[in-house]
Amino acid sequence: MCLAVPARIVELRETTATISVDGALRDVDVSLIEEPRLGDYVLIHAGFAIHKWEQSEVEELEEIRSATA
Amino acid sequence: MKLPLQEIAGLAQRLTRPVQFMEVCGTHTMAAYRSGLHQLLPPNVRLLSGPGCPVCVTDPSYIDAAIELAGHPDIIVATFGDLLRVPGSDSSLEQERAAGANVRIVYSPSDALVLARECPSKKVVFLGVGFETTAPTVAWAISQAALDDRKNFFVLCAHKTMPQAMDALLHGQAVKIDGFICPGHVSVITGAQMYRFICERYRIPCVVTGFEPWDILSAIKMLLRQVVEGRAEVENEYSRSVSEAGNPVAQRLMAQVFEPCDVVWRGIGTIPGSGLRIRKEYARFDAAVALDVTFVEARVNPSCLCGTVMRGMATPFDCRLFGRACSPSHPIGPCMVSSEGVCAACFKYEKRAAA
Ligand code: SF4
Repeated sequence: MCLAVPARIVELRETTATISVDGALRDVDVSLIEEPRLGDYVLIHAGFAIHKWEQSEVEELEEIRSATA
Repeated sequence: MKLPLQEIAGLAQRLTRPVQFMEVCGTHTMAAYRSGLHQLLPPNVRLLSGPGCPVCVTDPSYIDAAIELAGHPDIIVATFGDLLRVPGSDSSLEQERAAGANVRIVYSPSDALVLARECPSKKVVFLGVGFETTAPTVAWAISQAALDDRKNFFVLCAHKTMPQAMDALLHGQAVKIDGFICPGHVSVITGAQMYRFICERYRIPCVVTGFEPWDILSAIKMLLRQVVEGRAEVENEYSRSVSEAGNPVAQRLMAQVFEPCDVVWRGIGTIPGSGLRIRKEYARFDAAVALDVTFVEARVNPSCLCGTVMRGMATPFDCRLFGRACSPSHPIGPCMVSSEGVCAACFKYEKRAAA
């Protein structure tokens, strides 16, 4: 149920945000995070954004995902 | 970036005895099996799976109660997909749905609320199952229902909190645990400080981590280093998502709608203070109260080892039904149904039938 990949907010209407994950669009609720803004990367669980990622955190994830044995 | 396997091997050589670390998050369980991490570890370092799958730890009497509700013509049961195929005493929600019961899969508790708005002549009952990551989303739905004065939205609440279960496992001493890999997304909500009491009470190290193979191996490396150096602290490998204090908005909402209660964990028994029940102020949305639900002790297959597996005391291979009578297409216990269940993970990625 957890989507551990960062989703970017591409549209914001009150507490509903349209997010883009690898190009796929979906609506989520942003009531559980403080001050959501257009362009923010968020962590999604059960249709809700539960955390806002800093740009540096998204970059860190990309680096970690490239890890190999 | 390289996986920290050499460091793990180096630290493992300095151990004076074998160690067992436990992960308590279904998504970690899945990720570990998917990437074959168990095979990458030195022989004196074992990774155990704990009670991290919310569907798996749900008492079967809850499934029976949900099935009973779905049998009423004026009720729609709304649920996350994971619960659909979990066997109750005689049936599952999926079987009931095939026989005509009104069971809908939703992706979010807010979808269940929308359903209630769209179907005013029906009572919509959302099945509230999950840990601290899911509970705030359900708290949000209940608080919105209160604002809307919604009369046909209910939650059958079985939410649970993870630190109390970790406490109970250590207290019970049935399995030796030398360190916890703490759940990633539960900790996004609770904050890493949540586990400090475990370190203090039991002298056991805790590391919060993410879901990539690199994250899990880094957590194992950090736990090993703590064991070797004789430390027992909370360390946070997942600081890109988890802060010390967690998500304040979600915490406030949870505290507003829920209060702690004692609750039964399948296979473990009653754990004091490990459940969340709906507060009196919101009792009109509590399906157990408003729809007068009774929970009757369920009958489960006595050969299913789910309960023992979830305490880390057995692996799916110890179950004589694994890969034979029990498989994802014909699940006997919840651990084989859920996408976060240990048996399902093991079947999907290790797929050897029991010897
Ligand atoms: S293999 Fe099936 S029957 Fe055995 S413990 Fe797992 S879920 Fe239960």
